[in-house]
Amino acid sequence: MDLFEYQARDLFAKHGVPVLAGEVIDTPEAARAATERLGGKSVVKAQVKVGGRGKAGGVKLAATPEEAVARATDILGMDIKGHTVHKVMIAETAPEIAEEYYVSYLLDRTNRTFLAMASVAGGMDIEEVAATTPEKLAKVPVDANKGVDIEKAREIVAQAQFPAEVAEKVAEVLVTLWKTFVAEDALLVEVNPLAKVASGEVIALDGKVSLDANADFRQPEHEALEDKAAANPLEAAAKAKGLNYVKLDGEVGIIGNGAGLVMSTLDVVAYAGENHGGVKPANFLDIGGGASAEVMANGLEIILGDPDVKSVFVNVFGGITACDEVANGIVQALELLASRGDEVTKPLVVRLDGNNAELGRKILSDANHPLVQRVDTMDGAADKAAELAAAK
Amino acid sequence: MAIFLNKDSKVIVQGMTGATGMKHTKLMLGDGTNIVGGVNPRKAGTTVDFDGTEVPVFGTVAEAMKETGANVSVLFVPPAFAKAAVVEAIDAEIPLAVVITEGIAVHDSAAFYAYAVEKGNKTRLIGPNCPGLITPGQSNAGIIPGDITKPGRIGLVSKSGTLTYQMMYELRDIGFSSAVGIGGDPVIGTTHIDCLAAFEADPETDLIVMIGEIGGDAEERAADFIKANVTKPVVGYVAGFTAPEGKTMGHAGAIVSGSSGTAQAKKEALEAAGVKVGKTPTETAKLARAILAG
Repeated sequence: MDLFEYQARDLFAKHGVPVLAGEVIDTPEAARAATERLGGKSVVKAQVKVGGRGKAGGVKLAATPEEAVARATDILGMDIKGHTVHKVMIAETAPEIAEEYYVSYLLDRTNRTFLAMASVAGGMDIEEVAATTPEKLAKVPVDANKGVDIEKAREIVAQAQFPAEVAEKVAEVLVTLWKTFVAEDALLVEVNPLAKVASGEVIALDGKVSLDANADFRQPEHEALEDKAAANPLEAAAKAKGLNYVKLDGEVGIIGNGAGLVMSTLDVVAYAGENHGGVKPANFLDIGGGASAEVMANGLEIILGDPDVKSVFVNVFGGITACDEVANGIVQALELLASRGDEVTKPLVVRLDGNNAELGRKILSDANHPLVQRVDTMDGAADKAAELAAAK
Repeated sequence: MAIFLNKDSKVIVQGMTGATGMKHTKLMLGDGTNIVGGVNPRKAGTTVDFDGTEVPVFGTVAEAMKETGANVSVLFVPPAFAKAAVVEAIDAEIPLAVVITEGIAVHDSAAFYAYAVEKGNKTRLIGPNCPGLITPGQSNAGIIPGDITKPGRIGLVSKSGTLTYQMMYELRDIGFSSAVGIGGDPVIGTTHIDCLAAFEADPETDLIVMIGEIGGDAEERAADFIKANVTKPVVGYVAGFTAPEGKTMGHAGAIVSGSSGTAQAKKEALEAAGVKVGKTPTETAKLARAILAG
C-alpha cells in the first residue's frame, strides 16, 4: 500500500526523521485556521499518489491565511494525471533551501537484500538521475539482520559523497529513516528532497512510503491509513469477503484458483478475444487453494455484480481444490442469487480439471443450468467465453 | 537422481500438528514420502497416527535430525511464526527447508534469507509462498498433488503452484523427473537459475520447462544463465501479459513496477536465449512435446 505524503510525513515524525509542521484538510475554509496556526503563511500541497504534483500546479505558496484558502480552493478537486485531489496538506513554509538531496531504503529483489540509495542530486525524479548520471546515485546493500546504525549510515553518506558539513546530519537522518522502514514494515521509504536549509539543518520536505500488506497482522495501525474512498467498490466488496480481486477494464469475468493460473487465464482470454471483437478480461479473481463452495459463491456474486461483465469464465485446476466443491459452489451461487431475486443473465463457461474433475463435471451436467456450459480445455473455454462476451 | 529430493530423503514437518500440516502430511505419506517426524515443542514425545503410520513429534528440528537423520523439512507454520521456524531449521543446518507458508512479511523473509547466507548456505531454502517440490514416484515435499503425473524425464521449475499442476497435467503421459515450485514472493530462497543448474546436471532430465510471471527480473537473469550454461532444451511460459502496472496480482511478488517486470520483457529475454516460449500453457506443452519427439 502506497501512502499519501502527509501519512509518510506522520510516520517519519513518529520515528524521528526531521520534518516540517503540517496538517491535512479537505475543505478550502480549513486552510485559514491551519495557516494561522503556522504563523500566517503556508505551502498548500495536493495529496495524490502520483509524482509531478509541482509541475501540475498542485503545490502553491500562500503568504496569508486568505491566500491559503484561495490556493486550497484551486487545488482541491484538481485532476493530476487522473488522480482527483480530495485532500491538501497545509505545511510550514521551508526556510531558505540551500541544497536538495535524496535518500531511500527499498527491497532489492534481484539481490534479495535491502538497499540504501542516496544522492546529492535530489529534488528531481531519481529514475532520471539513475539513468543520466548514475555516478551521482550511491546504492549500498543493507543486511536485513544488521540494519543501519550510525556507522553504516556514515558508509552510505561517504559513498554518496555528501559535503562534509552535512555528512553527520544526513547520517542521523539515515538512521531514523531505517527505523521507520523496519518499524513500519515498509517496502519503500523515500525522502526527496531531503533539504539542507540556510541554518544548516537537514529536513525531509517530501516523501514516499509503501507498506507491506503481509505485515498487517502485526501493524494494527496501518488499516487506518487505507484510502477507502478511492478503492473501487467491487475491489472493496471483494476485500471484505477476503477475496483476491483486481478490477480490469474488459468484459469477460474471470474466476480461477492460484495466482499464476488466474494471470495465465487473463492472458489466454485476451488472446482469444483478438478473434472476437477485442474483448478482454474484466478482472483478476483468485479464489485460492482449497476453495470451498462458499468462496466460489462469494466470488461469483462479485463478478456477476460487475456491470461491465458480459460473460464469465471459471477456470479451475484442482490441486488442493476439489472440483466437485467448485461445481457445487457454482450451482449454489446461482441458486442463492436467484433466491435473492437477482436475475442472472450472464453466461458462464466452466473448465474443471484435476482433483475430482469428473465428479465436478457430472454435478454441472446434472444441474443442467441454462446459463452454464462446460468446455474441458483451458484454451477452448477461453475462446467460448470471449465469443459469448462479444455476442452480447 | 532427480533434483533436491529423492526416495532416500528423510522428511520432517514443522507445523505438522496444525490442520494444514496434518492434511498435507497425510497426503505426502500417501505419495510415498519418507516422513520421519514432526516438530512441535508443546507436543514433543508424542506420536501422531496417519492411517496406521505412527509419526513421532520432536521438540526441535535439531532433535528430530539427531534422532531420525532427517535431511528435509517442510514448513506449514503460520506467517507470524514462520521466521522463527525457518531460523531454527537454518541453525540446525538441515540441508533443505521447504517453506510452504503464504503471507510472510518481506522483512521476515529478507531476514531469514540473509541469515541462511550468513550461515554459509548450509540450508537450501525453497519458497516461501510455494507448493514445494515433487519427484514423482519417490518423494513429495509440499502440497503438489502426487497423482497428476508419473516419473519421467521433464524437469519443471515454476513461480506458480497451479501453473505447475496445469503443466504436469498437460504433459502427464511423458512424466517428470522433478517439479519445483519456487514461489511467488519477492524474496525466495531457490531461484529459477538454481533449478536450471540442477536440472542441467541431472542425467535423468532431458528437457526443462520454466514457468515465470510478472515482477522482478528473475526470468531475465535465468535467460542469461540459460544462454551461458544450459545445453538441454528449455521451454518457457510467462504469465501476466494483461496485468496492469502497479497492481499486485495475487502473489506478493507479481507486480509490474513502472516499465520493469513485464511479461513481454521476460518473454523476449527468454527467446533471445533460445528458449521456445508458449503463448498459453497448452501451447507450451505442445512445444515441449515436439522437442521430445525429435
